[in-house]
Amino acid sequence: MEKMARVTTALGSNTISGCTMFCHLDAPANAISVCRDAAQVVVAGRNIFKIYALEEEQFVEKLNLRVGRKPSLNFSCADVMWHQMDENLLATAATNGAVVTWNLGKPSRNKQDQLFTEHKRTVNKVCFHPTEVHMLLSGSQDGYMKCFDLRKKESVSTFSGQSESVRDVQFSIRDYFTFAASFENGNVQLWDIRRPDRYERMFTAHNGPVFCCDWHPEDRGWLATGGRDKMVKVWDITTNRAKEIHCVQTIASVARVKWRPERKYHLATCSMMVDHNIYVWDVRRPFIPFATFEEHKDVTTGIVWRHLHDPGFLLSGSKDSTLYQHKFKDASRPVDKANPEGLCFGLFGDLAFAAKESLISGGGDSNRKPYGSGGDRRYPIFFFKKPDLTEQFAHESSALSVFETDLESSRMDWFVKTARRYLLSGKPFGELCDHNAKVAKELNRPQVSTTWTMLRVMYSDPGNLATATSISKGGSIPLMNSFNMKEIAAGGLGSESRLDRGKGEIWQDTIHLDPGNSLINNNDENEETEGSEGPADYLFGDAELEDDNLYPMEHENPTAEEAEYSLPQEAFPLRHEIVDNPSVPEHLQDKVDSPHVSGNEAEAVCLTPIKSFSLISISQPLYESHLPASFFSPVVREMLQHYAEAGDVQMAVSVLIVLGDRIRKEEHWYTSYIDLLQRFELWNVSNEVIKLSTSSAINCLNQTSTTLHINCSNCKRPMSNKGWICDRCHQCASICAVCHHVVKGLFVWCQGCSHGGHLEHIMNWLKSSSHCPAGCGHLCEYT
Amino acid sequence: MDISDGTGRWDGLGSRDISTREIAMENVSQEVLSRAEKIGPICEEVIQPLRSPVRSPDDLNWMLARLLMLSRRCPYADVREKCLSVLQNVQDIGVRIPRPLGQGPSRFIPEKEILQVSKVNAKTQVIFEDAFAALGRLDNISLVMGFHPQYLESFLRTQHYLLQMDGPLSLHCRHYIGIMAAARHQCSNLVNLHVNDFLQVGGDPKWLNGLKDAPQKLQHLGELNKILAHRPWLVTKAHIEQLLKAEEHSWSLAELIHAVVLLTHYHSLASFTFSCGISPEIHCDGGHTFRPPSISNYCACDIANGNGTLDEIQGNHALTDTPCEVEALMEKMKQLQECRDEEEASQEEMATRFEREKTESMLVAAAEDEDSVPTRDVSRHFEDPSYGYKDFSRRGEHVPTFRAQDYSWEDHGYSLVNRLYPDVGQLLDEKFQIAYNLTYNTMAMHQDVDTSMLRRAIWNYIHCMFGIRYDDYDYGEINQLLDRSFKVYIKTMVCSPEKTTKRMYDSFWRQFKHSEKVHVNLLLMEARMQAELLYALRAITHYMT
Repeated sequence: MEKMARVTTALGSNTISGCTMFCHLDAPANAISVCRDAAQVVVAGRNIFKIYALEEEQFVEKLNLRVGRKPSLNFSCADVMWHQMDENLLATAATNGAVVTWNLGKPSRNKQDQLFTEHKRTVNKVCFHPTEVHMLLSGSQDGYMKCFDLRKKESVSTFSGQSESVRDVQFSIRDYFTFAASFENGNVQLWDIRRPDRYERMFTAHNGPVFCCDWHPEDRGWLATGGRDKMVKVWDITTNRAKEIHCVQTIASVARVKWRPERKYHLATCSMMVDHNIYVWDVRRPFIPFATFEEHKDVTTGIVWRHLHDPGFLLSGSKDSTLYQHKFKDASRPVDKANPEGLCFGLFGDLAFAAKESLISGGGDSNRKPYGSGGDRRYPIFFFKKPDLTEQFAHESSALSVFETDLESSRMDWFVKTARRYLLSGKPFGELCDHNAKVAKELNRPQVSTTWTMLRVMYSDPGNLATATSISKGGSIPLMNSFNMKEIAAGGLGSESRLDRGKGEIWQDTIHLDPGNSLINNNDENEETEGSEGPADYLFGDAELEDDNLYPMEHENPTAEEAEYSLPQEAFPLRHEIVDNPSVPEHLQDKVDSPHVSGNEAEAVCLTPIKSFSLISISQPLYESHLPASFFSPVVREMLQHYAEAGDVQMAVSVLIVLGDRIRKEEHWYTSYIDLLQRFELWNVSNEVIKLSTSSAINCLNQTSTTLHINCSNCKRPMSNKGWICDRCHQCASICAVCHHVVKGLFVWCQGCSHGGHLEHIMNWLKSSSHCPAGCGHLCEYT
Repeated sequence: MDISDGTGRWDGLGSRDISTREIAMENVSQEVLSRAEKIGPICEEVIQPLRSPVRSPDDLNWMLARLLMLSRRCPYADVREKCLSVLQNVQDIGVRIPRPLGQGPSRFIPEKEILQVSKVNAKTQVIFEDAFAALGRLDNISLVMGFHPQYLESFLRTQHYLLQMDGPLSLHCRHYIGIMAAARHQCSNLVNLHVNDFLQVGGDPKWLNGLKDAPQKLQHLGELNKILAHRPWLVTKAHIEQLLKAEEHSWSLAELIHAVVLLTHYHSLASFTFSCGISPEIHCDGGHTFRPPSISNYCACDIANGNGTLDEIQGNHALTDTPCEVEALMEKMKQLQECRDEEEASQEEMATRFEREKTESMLVAAAEDEDSVPTRDVSRHFEDPSYGYKDFSRRGEHVPTFRAQDYSWEDHGYSLVNRLYPDVGQLLDEKFQIAYNLTYNTMAMHQDVDTSMLRRAIWNYIHCMFGIRYDDYDYGEINQLLDRSFKVYIKTMVCSPEKTTKRMYDSFWRQFKHSEKVHVNLLLMEARMQAELLYALRAITHYMT
């Protein structure tokens, strides 16, 4: 029978010919199907049900099956199929749950033949048996599949998938009794038509609904499925477990999939939403479609190859109310337009780059530059894949270049070191800040260091401050710095004249702060500048002095304090350093213009609404009224934002933690910092951060998956989580091989023989012997 | 912004770690007591600032209200007790402490019915703890949903993702859109809740003066909000185009999807809030009062909900009233199931049945007016307050029926959402499925009932009101299964939820348990959300093609 079918349908002498052409339909199509001799096509949709003849240059409407003044819902088709044996026989699946057959041989206008209304919900798919004339299968939203014998009035058998709605049913082309059904919950089931009680096998093919499936026309074991998860998968079901052998990732959910005749590895797909193109894929090359048809203006709803044995013509119907015949030769080939290039990062930051030979040789040295100043050793490698004659692909030869990164420049050492050395809790706020400032300074990150110091100043309790400063030796740059920076930006750089303009002792005091200022300037400009080391020393030399100058009013009468300011002589020579540094002014200008103000300047912005010389009036209330810590919050928040955006989420999070509830939490910084820490395998730090975070969503991170499943060491069965005795073999599990007691707590064991025990005991044991303490003779290894 | 600085203090209370909670509690109580002492026993004026829209967390009243909330709603017993004792101490100092207005999370359901947070089963408890940890509060909505932990989990996950996780819109915008959507239904509960959140994530308080003070971009959304809330079938691709092509105020597609999901979420959540009679949150405006209880405030429902006496009487009364209602319903379901094949309705018949149901849904008058007192002037968050639900098909403006088979959530909606706002499609899909498939196979006092038919009837009836038709559904079933009072309830709840009253809630399905009524409300809410979403997404799809 099977043989015969193939003989009759095989392409005879009358080869199919035609061109890419289309015609307008009156309404959107839901599905199309061709008759056996490939001369006619039926289009079905909610408001359309027509047969068109395929002629050389055009479609010609043959028959309108949608008759009657007010057509019933039985005409509203979700699917249609033309029988491959009997060219008068059609079946449709109606959205109201009816399965209808049509006999074109009927003399009357209404060709409706039989009506089965056994399904309770929409019927998604009908399928004729490829070789048996009277057998029709349907799959419905209600979860049932029904097999009809067209000679009878009702279904002969009902198959219950037991798992939600059926989206597609397909008879196997080669196995007489087998059919496949795909389901909304991602499963695919294979059934034997003779056994309606239970499916033969089931496997989960997709995540989410499987919209379609198609048997390979030649290879009996291959089934292609397409799902909402945007994947097309090819399954080999000849093996015990269905094995995924190919997978194509598309850009939208896959509505239909059809194997291309005569081409073993080709299949056509169209999508349910968003994407209107039809793709033909070579499943062995799943990254770029082999060919695309881009004619439709709305989603393609039905595709079918025109003839069983002719790979050259594809028919498609669409929601845009057109019916197309695509000639394969006219398809666009994305491969031709694609530049075969590949880019990949190596483990240590190396970069491999493969591109067309012609591009590489043409580009020459100009390519070289972007990849850094340092150790760029580029060595092109050429290799060829042995051409496979069965594959019809253009062969490209590419040049592969590997760029080695300069390990030094992109090192994340500072990150790791900082993470390890920062203190986030356990000490008073001031000390934490000082410690972290010191760490940052030692790692040559002065800006960060300065930020820490300023935070301390801002948030320390005025009462504690005096003590805090006396304890700390570290550099504390008082707030005033920022005023000075503003000053320079606004007032230009006349160093001497500035001194002249200075009024009163307060002004002198600000000048005395200049060294710190120069430090900041340098840092802002370039963290690696050697010069920044120098001023830093001065700064910290001054620190104590400044503290004394700036904070005396904590314990003294505020009215007297103006007189207290004195001009430290040491500061003067330093001023020249700033002047000497030519890059400072431009740099500052830049900074002022740029929207992202650094922490330092942000302060200036907020504290000095009036520019330049208003220092005295502004700074006074600062000290007199003990600005509440919350006064700084916006600035600090901006500063943190700046750090986070600049990529230094470490700083942002560390500050957040140290500040504790002084500032609002920012959840996603935490998550990214934790993520980074874990990538650098800084588990301890990451756990500390999780623990210290004030955000409870983060906090519960280390409370997830805290369950440890253990198997009994004797019977190898899973232990129930009660007690230390296995339920099944009634033996104590996890006994120390040395002391023979149950280990509660840290259990260390050899991966080789799986014997082990208390950490201490094993350590002691291994000092004297390298054999397993259990006496199994294994030479235990612990790393 | 001061708001942020005070809140950190409270976060520790949500920790699972008991010692962390203790420390946090200690902090809070010291802070409160010290402030209380400062104010001293004379503080008559505290009543005034109560109504001020923005209160700083350092305000003592704010703290006391929060303590009150925690003493009732915190899932941890230790925190509850401690809060209570702190409040007591404050009162001893002589400062007036607040007391909750209204009782329990819902005005319709007696408090003892709603699983008390301390007595819930383990699964609910875990979900509550998670929710509490994430938000620092446990809102009344979650408490009522606690009847159905499976759904609650999915709901909270979705909501958390929409509001907190990665998404194209900034955090404060999300809350603002929530406010806009809830305000459309005058749901002051949700509005208050999100006003607080909005300020907490650093939103500009000026926006709260009204939509006109919000950025242009959000103002544009007002139109879509209005249509989606009341007549979603009128959304066209022109609306979408207006939003996406507005020069510098234009939305991106991803942002729009996010906004649409938020809008529909909050429209339907407003429905749920009203239909379950959710009380205002204790710590929000209208949830508590500093006035001592007086006779004038004393009303019947206070007693009723306090210890449930009155309600019980009513309930018993209802039971004796119509004992056979449930049986009748079950009988009908059985009949429908059996005689489906015999009485084969013609296609025309089916079509007219849909039309009839549709027109009848129009006749079902949306309930009598009853004044609800919006404590915050919510109407300023939207424009055109006169715009309301109009019946789907009325003479004159004929809108074509939306065929569910042509644009379904599973096939089309999901794909679109997932493309533009990854993960949310999945979350919503799960939520819809859980809501649609949720069943305990019980009906009132009967066990092992297949309720799928009933659930489908409710779901499809709601979609029918929005003009969505399922080809494969016999709308005659609705008529058989849903009686008139129930239809009135559904219609009111879905179309103008602000008019829901306790009487309506009580009068449908009288023998059913409260948990079952909440279940129905969940169904209504999800069906409504899906309907709105389908219209919006279809318009977006049309725009894209």
